[in-house]
Amino acid sequence: MVLVPTLFFVSVLIFALQQLLPGDAAVALAGEEHDPVAVAAIRHKYHLDRPVPVQYAIWVGRVLRGDFGESMRNKIPVSQLLAAKLPVTVELAVCSMAIALVIGIPAGVIAAVHRGRPIAVAANVLALSGLSVPHFWLGIMLILLFAVHLGWLPASGYVSPWEDVRRNLATIALPSFVLGTGVGGIMMRHTRGAMVETLGADYVRTARAKSVTERMVVLKHALRNALIPVITLGAIEFGRLLSGAVLTEQIFAIPGFGKMLVDGVFNRDYAVVQGVVLVSAGLYVLLNLAGDVLAFLVNPRLRGSA
Amino acid sequence: MRWMRRLTAVLVLALLQAGAASAQTVLRIGLNDDPDALDPTISRAYVGRLVFAAFCDKLFDVTPDLKIVPQLATAYEWGVGGRSVLIRLRPGVKFHDGEPFNAEAVRFNIERHLSTPGSFRKSEIGEIKSVDIVNDLTVRFNLAEPLVPLIAALTDRSGMMVSPKAARELGDRFGTRPVCAGPFKFVERVAQGKIVGERFADYWDKANVHVDRIEFVPITDSTARLANLRSGDLQMIERVSPTDLAQIRSDSKLKVVGVAELGYQMLPLNLANGPRGKVLGADPRIRQAIDLAIDRETIIKTVFNNEYIPGNQFVSPVSPYYNAKFPVKRRDVARARQLLREAGHPNLAFTLIVPPERDRQEAALVIQAMLAEAGITMTIQTQENVTMLSAGRKGDFEAYFTFWSGRPDPDGNIFTFTTCNGGQNDSKYCNQDIDGILTKARHEADPAERKKHYDQTTEILLRDLPRLILWHRRVFTGLNAKIQGFTPHPDGIIRLKGLKL
Repeated sequence: MVLVPTLFFVSVLIFALQQLLPGDAAVALAGEEHDPVAVAAIRHKYHLDRPVPVQYAIWVGRVLRGDFGESMRNKIPVSQLLAAKLPVTVELAVCSMAIALVIGIPAGVIAAVHRGRPIAVAANVLALSGLSVPHFWLGIMLILLFAVHLGWLPASGYVSPWEDVRRNLATIALPSFVLGTGVGGIMMRHTRGAMVETLGADYVRTARAKSVTERMVVLKHALRNALIPVITLGAIEFGRLLSGAVLTEQIFAIPGFGKMLVDGVFNRDYAVVQGVVLVSAGLYVLLNLAGDVLAFLVNPRLRGSA
Repeated sequence: MRWMRRLTAVLVLALLQAGAASAQTVLRIGLNDDPDALDPTISRAYVGRLVFAAFCDKLFDVTPDLKIVPQLATAYEWGVGGRSVLIRLRPGVKFHDGEPFNAEAVRFNIERHLSTPGSFRKSEIGEIKSVDIVNDLTVRFNLAEPLVPLIAALTDRSGMMVSPKAARELGDRFGTRPVCAGPFKFVERVAQGKIVGERFADYWDKANVHVDRIEFVPITDSTARLANLRSGDLQMIERVSPTDLAQIRSDSKLKVVGVAELGYQMLPLNLANGPRGKVLGADPRIRQAIDLAIDRETIIKTVFNNEYIPGNQFVSPVSPYYNAKFPVKRRDVARARQLLREAGHPNLAFTLIVPPERDRQEAALVIQAMLAEAGITMTIQTQENVTMLSAGRKGDFEAYFTFWSGRPDPDGNIFTFTTCNGGQNDSKYCNQDIDGILTKARHEADPAERKKHYDQTTEILLRDLPRLILWHRRVFTGLNAKIQGFTPHPDGIIRLKGLKL
């Protein structure tokens, strides 16, 4: 229900905003070359000489028929670019999210359960470090350590899992770690907050009074309830990862959405920018929906209220 | 436990296979940006030329000392009055799809360059009126006007020959799957990821190709690019920044070679391109004052670790067309102030547009400080590159900071920038004398005579100063010390023939 109006709104917005970008797309495309006849031919070919609403109508008409147009810069159809980059971005997002969850949730639970103790302080420091270290710096440091000095992992690039699983994992490890630590920090802070709150709730006290083991109290009674806001946040963060991680992709030369979008903006490659934004927005809406469904499944109380 | 044994056997086999695959020699070259369409007719970006060197041979090539040598051609002869040129072609050459390279293919390619909408080659070879097929391996280009720089244009994308069959089949998608006659055959392209080629078994000069597979990997961040070279993931990187040189030089596993570029860094000044040309276009003495207040050597020393070459002409001091009578002048603040007073602008103020890029930003700050000492207030306005170039076209600037990558023939560095109707003349400088001299230089085949024309041009331009040429970069290529046979060329394009890993 939400998907169609959201995508329509996003498409109008992105189209309008792109028109505000200074600089002519055909001049951007021409780069060093300045032949006015060739520039005019480009403008005509991509309808840049038509009024903006007409350009929009042409584009929407094509998108509705499944044609996202072609990249003005490298002539590759945008749908083909999206199809090539979506799996890369999804893989990077999934691996990063997995690392974030593995770090964030246990660290959050530990920090809440052992409040005030050294282990909780350590978990907090870990989370804050993940949050505050710039991705750019961490990425370069990891490349220097693992690729230049130790030679364990490739410095950058991406190999598809269909081509070589081992090399795929090797290329995706460092960027996933960089992104995962950042998101893990956020997840940890939220898990901790939610856990502290639920651990103080009446039903938890009741469970303890009924001699339920502490392990059961924390994992079954408290964590399950505390996870609801964390799942919602996870869906949002996952959506953010799916819309591309520009700096991380740039450093590790991962051909994902972020790099495609930034190159598209700098080259005024309108069809590419519109394609990426539209697909990212669609994914974002779907993920939010998935987050709601997941929260509904995890928490029986929500089922009752539905 | 049987399944475990089976699994181990499969894993060992997989590893052995991986070992066999890695026995191939793979050369991975780090690029500064992702190239545009891989179609010589519509290609614009400099970086694309590095990739074409692997896939597409040209009729001619240039040597490191800028001599024109045959590649897919074997010889050329100018016709009477320079109105035609006869080109003999190399026999036995095949395109990657097995199609023969011959006179018909040359005609097809030239006509494709001239007739494709959006072709950027038309402005380079537009003087070709028609192509006659003399025999299967000889063509004659008939020209509307004599154009000596034509042969130099054929050493670049205008001279690249693509398979007519593939071009017809792929149409305007040719750039996604180029089929040419170069040492490597296109395999795949992952946009922003890599461009892959494999050695072409039927290449006409295959004895000189020693690499089995080539991968071009765009990595925009220079620190990451350098880290890849150091880790051995890349074997070569192009256009190394001067600030990264020390690291490469201190690493015994790496080496770096540099050569003066063909182009230059410049400040086009607005002389008559709309109302914003009022200030700097008012009097040449104003521009001379700015020129005298800038100390190019200091900029090179402070910003570029003394790795670049101060310059004031459209060719670098190493070019045979450099006019040695007019070397870079010494800075003279007192004279600059005097010129401004004489021109009636003792408190000159103007704005320089600079893109948000380290090299030019830092140089602009140094220039700003230097000009201030001569009483000139230069405001720096940062504008993203495309916005700046658009402002240049429209005349919405007083001065901006850009560069030209350069061409092997001096005509390519000057004609369209300073002739009255030149497509790159953003200054809107117009001097009939310059138009006349540069046109004569285009008609003149004798290099000594041409030099006289260009010397005269330099003299006039250094007086009129429609743009300030500031320095010439050195094109540095970083490479693994194990690579042998690499010769740097002033165009910065990596020739892959003769390279050994």
